[in-house]
Amino acid sequence: MDDLLSDFLTETAESLDVVDVELVQFEKDPNDGAILDNIFRLVHTIKGTCGFLGLPRLEALAHAAETLMGRFRDGAEVTPQSVTTILASIDRIKEILSELEATEAEPEGSDQDLIDQLNAMAGHGSPQAEQLAACEEAGAQQLDRELRPGEVSLEELEAAFRNAPGPESDESPAACEPAPPAIEPAAAMPAPAKDAEAANKEKKDAPAKKQSIRVNVDTLEELMTMVSELVLTRNQLLEMVRRLQDSEFAGPLQRLSSVTAELQEGIMKTRMQPIGNAWQKLPRLVRDLSNDLNKPIELVMNGAETELDRQVLELIKDPLTHMVRNSADHGLEMPDERIAANKPETGTVTLSAYHQGGHIIIEIADDGKGLDVEKIKEKVIENGLATEAELAEMSDPQIQKFIFKAGFSTAKVVTSVSGRGVGMDVVRTNIELIGGSVDVQSKAGEGSVFYIKIPLTLAIVSALIVRCGDHRFAIPQLSVLELVRAQPGSDHRIEMINATPVLRLRNKLLPLVHLRELLEIKPAAPGAAGEAAADTVSQLLEAAGKPGEPDAGAGGEPASADGQSAEGEAESQGFIIVVQVANQTFGIVVDDVFDTEEIVVKPMSTMLRDVAMFSGNTILGDGSVIMIVDPNGVAQALQSQSGSMPDAGDAAEEAEAEILNLADRTESLLLFRAGSDTPKAVPLSLVTRLEEIDVANIETTNGRDLVQYRGALMPLVYVDEGMTRKETGEQPVLVFVDNDRAMGLVVDEIVDIVDEPLKVEVAADKPGLAGSAVVRGQATEILDVGYYLPLAFDDWFQRKEQGDAARTPRLLLVDDSAFFRNMLGPVLMAAGYQVTTVESASRALQLKENGAHYEIIVSDIEMPEMDGFAFAEALRGDAAWGRTPLIALSSLCTPEAIERGRACGFHDYVAKFDRQGLLETLKETTMPIGEAA
Amino acid sequence: MSRLESSCSDVSGATTEYVTMEIAGQLFGVPIVLVEDVFFPQSITPVPLSPDEVAGILNLRGKIVTAICMRTRLGLPATENLEGAMAIGVAHQNETYGLIIDKIGEVLRLPCEGLEATPSNLDSHWRMIAGGVHKLDGRLMVVLDVTKVLETGLQAAA
Repeated sequence: MDDLLSDFLTETAESLDVVDVELVQFEKDPNDGAILDNIFRLVHTIKGTCGFLGLPRLEALAHAAETLMGRFRDGAEVTPQSVTTILASIDRIKEILSELEATEAEPEGSDQDLIDQLNAMAGHGSPQAEQLAACEEAGAQQLDRELRPGEVSLEELEAAFRNAPGPESDESPAACEPAPPAIEPAAAMPAPAKDAEAANKEKKDAPAKKQSIRVNVDTLEELMTMVSELVLTRNQLLEMVRRLQDSEFAGPLQRLSSVTAELQEGIMKTRMQPIGNAWQKLPRLVRDLSNDLNKPIELVMNGAETELDRQVLELIKDPLTHMVRNSADHGLEMPDERIAANKPETGTVTLSAYHQGGHIIIEIADDGKGLDVEKIKEKVIENGLATEAELAEMSDPQIQKFIFKAGFSTAKVVTSVSGRGVGMDVVRTNIELIGGSVDVQSKAGEGSVFYIKIPLTLAIVSALIVRCGDHRFAIPQLSVLELVRAQPGSDHRIEMINATPVLRLRNKLLPLVHLRELLEIKPAAPGAAGEAAADTVSQLLEAAGKPGEPDAGAGGEPASADGQSAEGEAESQGFIIVVQVANQTFGIVVDDVFDTEEIVVKPMSTMLRDVAMFSGNTILGDGSVIMIVDPNGVAQALQSQSGSMPDAGDAAEEAEAEILNLADRTESLLLFRAGSDTPKAVPLSLVTRLEEIDVANIETTNGRDLVQYRGALMPLVYVDEGMTRKETGEQPVLVFVDNDRAMGLVVDEIVDIVDEPLKVEVAADKPGLAGSAVVRGQATEILDVGYYLPLAFDDWFQRKEQGDAARTPRLLLVDDSAFFRNMLGPVLMAAGYQVTTVESASRALQLKENGAHYEIIVSDIEMPEMDGFAFAEALRGDAAWGRTPLIALSSLCTPEAIERGRACGFHDYVAKFDRQGLLETLKETTMPIGEAA
Repeated sequence: MSRLESSCSDVSGATTEYVTMEIAGQLFGVPIVLVEDVFFPQSITPVPLSPDEVAGILNLRGKIVTAICMRTRLGLPATENLEGAMAIGVAHQNETYGLIIDKIGEVLRLPCEGLEATPSNLDSHWRMIAGGVHKLDGRLMVVLDVTKVLETGLQAAA
């Protein structure tokens, strides 16, 4: 049966049941407005829906009844006759509905009799006299109708009459007694009529049993949880019985097991809905699009009956709509283009859904022009998502995947349909949220196919059970990319940069975090550890040798690093679970990996909800309770991790492990070598000039190397103290100039200048280093220029303050990133500002409360908690700081952001890497102050 | 006084039934209507990074229960050995918590008017979670205010 029709029937039947009860009430008290309203609403709904579904007979009847009731609502007197007529109409509606349910078609026949009565009552104040006429008229019409042969079967006529108020009806003697002519033909055959009625009754009952019932979703959810529990308990029992041999429980348990499985399947089914439900709106959407865009589009839908969890269904509805819209708008060409390309004029969008190994695959295919790789490239470069050189190395499919990146849209014109530039990115995010993935395949001229892969259900998730000390934890498999076994001496070993563990994994530096440290777990008690290890040897080997995981270390010799302390050994070996959260990939080091288990995630109790490291807890097959590690929480902890590192020492503050996620922005980096073989880099924007200085010109005074440079003495600073300067020839030097002062940073070799997203992955607290990043696939140390400037001039930062304190504008720098605070602070100080840095807007506001005063404020935009915009708004209108010039500093430099910044009260907006721009802006802004002083 | 009234208000009449228990030698009472369960806390899974008084979580007939060590909550050294310790299950905002105690006692029906306000010289940990004191023959019973007990450890630390 048509879904729409069956929905309509279910709904109407429900309302009718309610109205049935109320009708009785209505009879007793015909002037009760509430009841009348209810009945009115029901009839009104039926009328509306019938018109929509193409059921003229019901519609006409409902319309007449509605009109009459409308009059009652307006205050017309409700007479017993009219009540009877309304009751009769409701009965007739029920009758037609049941017929409709049985045959999926409106029964033939006419309700003119009732309609006329209803109309007559509605149309005239005194129904009595009119009623007579109406009944007579109705009768006449019935007779008239009968003259036409074959149109109305006797049986149906009988049915039609049965509910018309007849002589036997006590309540309405006046209403229809005068209609005997109408009844006569039917009355002539009373017996068959009764039979028909009986038959009809049976028919009515049968489908009623098949009817669907509505169940509260919460009830279903609860059932689902209970069944999940049952499944877990069953697993527990099975495990216990497996240990006993020849147990008398084996048989009953086997039955319990199969019943449970069936029950689970059944309950799952109740949550399942055909994906077609999410597609319902699409045909209309495509039709409208077709009109709007003036291109004929055909929408083909396959596999609409494929079922998936209703929760998942809700979540993919919007992304799906968006994608179909995209395919129709962007994918398909205009008809003339299609004809020119020898394609049928009508473009086709094909939507298919099918199962594939625990997942549902949804394909959205169009036979349009395919993705334009060149255009995507242009856009990628324009939006700074990648460089030309990078694109040149990419395959077409790789380039096509850029459409899923944030801020990407190739539509030239933003239409009402699509092209708002957030589309595909949002689609991807939404789908990934539910553990799905999205991919695209496209062939120029032939069209594109988008694949959405989503899990069947979210109720039960698969988790990796790991051990850390005496504790066991579950890590959702969804975010686990791979498993690496780390051992000293093997290919995969944990390396340390300033006591911060990292792992080399396929030419990338992977930041690592020890779960033990993160959760502050004490090392396992020796006995317990041994026991646990013994327990899991088999599983351990299994995990290590899993064929599906090529990176699981393939054995390797046992850890036997002589002289290494037990602790050191523990530090450098273990299992690394490579986890991806959003764009961030990192490794979680654990002691052991057990098995994967299907778990039902249960929320944490309120008391424990503050522990960000866990997303929930669950009961395992063996009955023990286990915490579920939240990879998101771990990622956040990784970002803010700082002083917790052992041996961080005094420099801990500077060494805040920053994960600068600037993947969307590239930075020109100057690569060089100095001291060690590890490549080093500085942001090119900080370097004024590159010079080659003849070593013969280097002079040494007072233990310092100096060189004459542009008519002044320039101190030389060595990147690495252990570095030896060349004996002869030219020495490459990076020159940093600030006003009248210059410093030369001596390096061994300038390697290259590259444009790369600067992503400082691992922070080091070695003085002079801002951190390490992967540049061109190599671990590279990023230099902290701020460290070297005072080496050249002890007073580099102080001299200006001392020179003319009054002319040294006080500047407040607000930036959540320690990296930028460290990088910009010195630059600004060097430029002659008295700099105060704070790491959050709230801290800045705190300073304000304390009565601090600044001539200028530079604030980052993207900050947690309170962002720059909010900060600006908080300051605007403030008595103390309201008039202080405010400069926004952001890596996000879109026109919209700049506009928004100005609206919020920022005086200027500068890109984060535009050092020169910032200094100029600052100069301009503070100039009046300087002059005034 | 409002706390006193609330302890009594959930029982009609002038008496309240208390489940009594012993923690570090002191007699405590919890209104019986709040007690769902009495059980031996077994195989508790500790929760790293959780407030001090949270002993961990455990599986109570398919339900995950957060176990609170009452000794810690009262500012006393934690129960080292959970063997033999008891726990009472109490519901709080649709969640079940297990309060780990030393010993469970009998059920007492006590007149409401016998409840006296918590003496002001008690340790702050105690004062915070006590809902009054009943004077029994020869000993005093401190009424535990379960809601206060389960309010997060933040206040406990304060």
